[in-house]
Formats: sequence, structure tokens, C-alpha cells
Amino acid sequence: MWNEIFLIPFLTGLGLAVVLPLLGCYLRLRDEWLAALAYSHVAAAGALIALVAGFAPAVGGVAAAGLAGAGKRLFSRRLAGGASYALLLLGGWAVAVLLAANHPMAERLGHALFDGQLYFSGSEQLWLVAMGGALALLMLRALSKQLLLLHVYPDFFRIRGVRAWPTQTGFDVLAALALALATMSMGVMGAFALVFIPPWLAFRRAGNWRRGLLLALFIGVAAYVAAFLLALGLDQPFGPVLALLLIVIGLVIA
Amino acid sequence: MSSLLKLEKLVAGWQQPATSQIDLALAAGEILGLTGPNGVGKSTLLAAIAGRAKVFSGRIEQRPGLRLALQTQDVPPVDGLPLSGRELLALTGASANGLPPWLNDRLDDRLDQLSGGQRHYLALWAILQAPADLVLLDEPTNNLDAAGVAHLTAHLRERAEAGAGIMVVSHDAAFVEAVCDRIIVLEAGDVE
Repeated sequence: MWNEIFLIPFLTGLGLAVVLPLLGCYLRLRDEWLAALAYSHVAAAGALIALVAGFAPAVGGVAAAGLAGAGKRLFSRRLAGGASYALLLLGGWAVAVLLAANHPMAERLGHALFDGQLYFSGSEQLWLVAMGGALALLMLRALSKQLLLLHVYPDFFRIRGVRAWPTQTGFDVLAALALALATMSMGVMGAFALVFIPPWLAFRRAGNWRRGLLLALFIGVAAYVAAFLLALGLDQPFGPVLALLLIVIGLVIA
Repeated sequence: MSSLLKLEKLVAGWQQPATSQIDLALAAGEILGLTGPNGVGKSTLLAAIAGRAKVFSGRIEQRPGLRLALQTQDVPPVDGLPLSGRELLALTGASANGLPPWLNDRLDDRLDQLSGGQRHYLALWAILQAPADLVLLDEPTNNLDAAGVAHLTAHLRERAEAGAGIMVVSHDAAFVEAVCDRIIVLEAGDVE
């Protein structure tokens, strides 16, 4: 386990297991949990487009998700009520499946992205997750009060002459980039499980916001460590083991 | 007393005008009550001052640098959200000092575990005690019992004595009578 072959993937996933549950709390606050699936699918499609075009898949995935996050607000009036996330999810899935069906290399990468390929993470990915994760945590800390205030008292911003869009767009881009990074490492559903289930439980059980964040973080990290060891010990793919473990934890705690 | 806010021949609304032409002024330390039947545009008037509703004609003049706080009839969406009363107050910068004991004891509870009246008063308090020069309140006594109304009445007087201007829209005639320095009755097509 402490061999570098397993240590680097473990640390890469651990970084994501810290960031994703906290990010998920703010997505749930904004009733945007579907965004996790949407950005993950767009990132997968972007990675496959980059691969077919001869670029690094990770760059394509991060760029596609980042563009989706930044551009979503331009269509916010036409695509209210979560429609933007449904369209991004469907579009990302359709592009990814079509590319996988027509390019053998894209098919292999597509499987890896949707099934999760944490054990193949290298040191470059670890550094990317470490730096991106630290930046994401700092940004979440900076945006936290505004995001809560926007949800509880949306008029407070307008009445004080403060513009809401920098907070909203900043959070959208942050969520898109974090989910792109997670998709590249642990796959679409592994990332979604960490974004959705720990915050869902925290919102049900925690006594206040701060404890909610801590509870989501604890559940996410504990489930991740257990899933990593289980998958390794049983020689099973990581993503489905993590998802099943979180479902069991969810049913017990909820 | 210095004027915080002046409305001159103001007509406000949403897609179309919803108020008659209104002239009024509010000074620092003054509590102004707006009453009248449903549909004359009392809430719309507050929304126009807050920049939410459209001004069709006339003008709103505010003291430069005026800090506003607005309490609407919308209930803050806190169901299913792990947010405590203390955290809610911290969001708007409101102090818990002066809260009634029946609410002070429950500040660390989740908001969705409080009664409707307790939640309403805490949400109102977060706005009322936010750092502001002019406080706009829309039906603040909704969901409040007699103890809540009595506490609110006393606290609004203290807030005004500390220098804030307060504009209150309410159907509760006894409350408006007890708390306001001046009352304007809005009627369809005219202002008395």
C-alpha cells in the first residue's frame, strides 16, 4: 500500500476526497447538485476531444468544464431551473459516446473516465490535485459568506449595491474546474458520489453550517480511505466500490 | 432632523404602475408607517426604494452613502439547511444583543427546527440589526404572537433613537399606531 505505485493514487484521491464534499455542500445549498454530473460529463467529452485532436486529455477536460462553468451564466435567463445542467450533461455524454464509438483510443479513455482510473494517477496528477485543491479550498472560504447570504437574503446584495455575478460566476468556474480534475482522476461517478452523498447526510444531520462542513468532510474522507483499501484488497475497480460504500453509509446515517 | 430619503411624485410598479403618485420624506430617527388596503402598492413602494421595482415617473432621492436594509414578506429558504440562528445573524452583521430570552436560548438551534414565529422573528432581527441607516420593513408582525409584537415595538423605538430611519408597511393598525411617529395612508389613486 505504501509503495509509490499505490501511494500517489491514494494521495491524489485523498485530496479530492477533501475538496469534493465541501464543494458539494455549496452546490447543495444552491440546489445545483446536478452540476456535478453535468461538469463531469463535459470534462469527459473535452478530454476525448483533446485526445482525438492530438492534445493532452487533461487539458481538454479542464478547458471544456471551465468554459461550461464560465459560459453558463450567459444563458441563465433561457436555461433557468437547472435546465443548463441537464443540457450540459446530455451534450457531454452524447459527444463522449460518439467519439468513443468512432475512435479506438477514445473508447479506451472513455471507459477509464466513466469507470474511474484512480490507480493510474501519476505524480503530475497528484501535483495538479494538490495545487488545484488548495486553491479551491481558499476560494470556497472566500466565497462562503456571500454564497450563504445570496441564498438566504438575495436582496441584501442588490440593496447594498454589491454585484452578485462575480460570486456566482466565480463559484461556477471553481465547481467546473474541481469536477474536471476529479473526473480525470476518479471518474464521473466516483466524483459524483463524493459531491452528492456526504453533503446530503450533513444537511440532514448537522446542527449548523460549520458542523455540516466538518461532517461532510469526515464522511467523504472516511468513505474514500475505506473504499481505496477495500478495492485494493479485493482487486475491484475503485469507483463502484466507493459509490456502494457511500450508499450504505448514506442509508445507515440518513 | 436630517432627511435620509425623499420621494417626489413617485410612481412605481413592476410590468405596469402599481402605485399612485407619492411624495414623502423620512428623517433619521423617524419611524414612518405606511398603511392602506391591499393593492395600493405599499410593498411595491418599499421594493422601488430598495431598487427591486421599476420607477415609472418621479424620483427617489437618498442621502449619499445611505445603507439600506430590507425585510420582505418572503420567508428565507432555510428548510433542510443546516444553518443556526447565530450563523444567520453573523451573515448580515447583526448583533444578538437585545433578543428576547425565548429566542436567545435557541440561537444555536437550526433555523428549520424553530417554530414559524421564532424563525420569522430571527429572520426579521437579522435585517433589523444589520448595520443600516434606513430600515424598510414589510408586514413585520406577520406570524408574531403578542409577546413578539411587544418586543418588536420596543426595539424599533430603540433603533430609531439610535439614529436609524425606519419605514414600516403593515396591516396591523394597533402596531402601527403604537410604534410610528407618522402614518401615511395610501389609497388607490391618491395619498392622504
